Amino acid sequence: MSQADLSIHGQVSRSTATEVMTAPTFSVPAKKMAMWLFIIADSATFAGCLVAYGFTRSATPNWPRPFHSITNVAVMTFILLSSSLTMMIAERAAAIGDKAKAFLWMMITAVGGILFATLHLREWMGMINEGATLFHNPWGTPAFSSLFFSITGLHLLHVSGGVVALIAVGIRYKGGRYQADDLEVTGLYWHFVDLVWMFVVPLVYLMNLSH
Amino acid sequence: MTTADTPKNGGMTRDLIVYVCLLALAGIQFVIAYQDIGTSQMFARMMIVACIEAGVALLFFMHLSDNRGLRWFVLIFTVAVIMGLQYGWSDAFRLSNGVPWAR
Repeated sequence: MSQADLSIHGQVSRSTATEVMTAPTFSVPAKKMAMWLFIIADSATFAGCLVAYGFTRSATPNWPRPFHSITNVAVMTFILLSSSLTMMIAERAAAIGDKAKAFLWMMITAVGGILFATLHLREWMGMINEGATLFHNPWGTPAFSSLFFSITGLHLLHVSGGVVALIAVGIRYKGGRYQADDLEVTGLYWHFVDLVWMFVVPLVYLMNLSH
Repeated sequence: MTTADTPKNGGMTRDLIVYVCLLALAGIQFVIAYQDIGTSQMFARMMIVACIEAGVALLFFMHLSDNRGLRWFVLIFTVAVIMGLQYGWSDAFRLSNGVPWAR
């Protein structure tokens, strides 16, 4: 084997070693991995809140069932699920480089988020007008109001943050400062917000429906 | 491979099917809410549907179906944390019913 062959083999083996050492975990880019780690941590936060809610509900006799109608929560669920679809359309448009379409669908997703937050606040105002606050509940135990406003408030905070992120990332993507993968990472967060709602609705709303 | 290069199978048709499935599953939860069953039964049924919904969203909207390694990482980590949170249930029932250990 000549010296030239050795140097070529040496170079190949060094570059292979570098590739192995710098290869992203699970072949996922760092930004996406960071978002996944955030999602895992945040899901633990929400799970903790919902388990605490379940614990308190089980331990409290005569738990109130103040919800008379499912119309509002059904519309909110429909809007949030639809916004996940519009986000997917934006992601697919970004993947093929159609910036205008991706930006448009991202903004439609943000409008869905704003609509959801508006309906949520309207519902909150209705409950506050009936006398429910963070520390007072006209239908019985104050724990109900505390947990209701805390859990839905935490979710609303995530939706509001998501709307800001959608608008900011959308504008920067359109301006050429962000790439398609940034949009996909934002999409991951938005789908997660949707996913959390799938557990909040049955536990906090549907199981407290007055028949 | 960048994130944008990640293979996405199925296209828009698949997304629409997933969306309709999620709407249907959410609808099932609303139907369960009006069933004349006990609280624990209702809780169990709703959680089963919610877990299926979450699984569908994770696999297809969040692209976990495209990455086997990440899928197992997320599943094992999340399930371990959520299972760990369940340690207090027995206390919750003991507080309200005085069973099984208080008597």
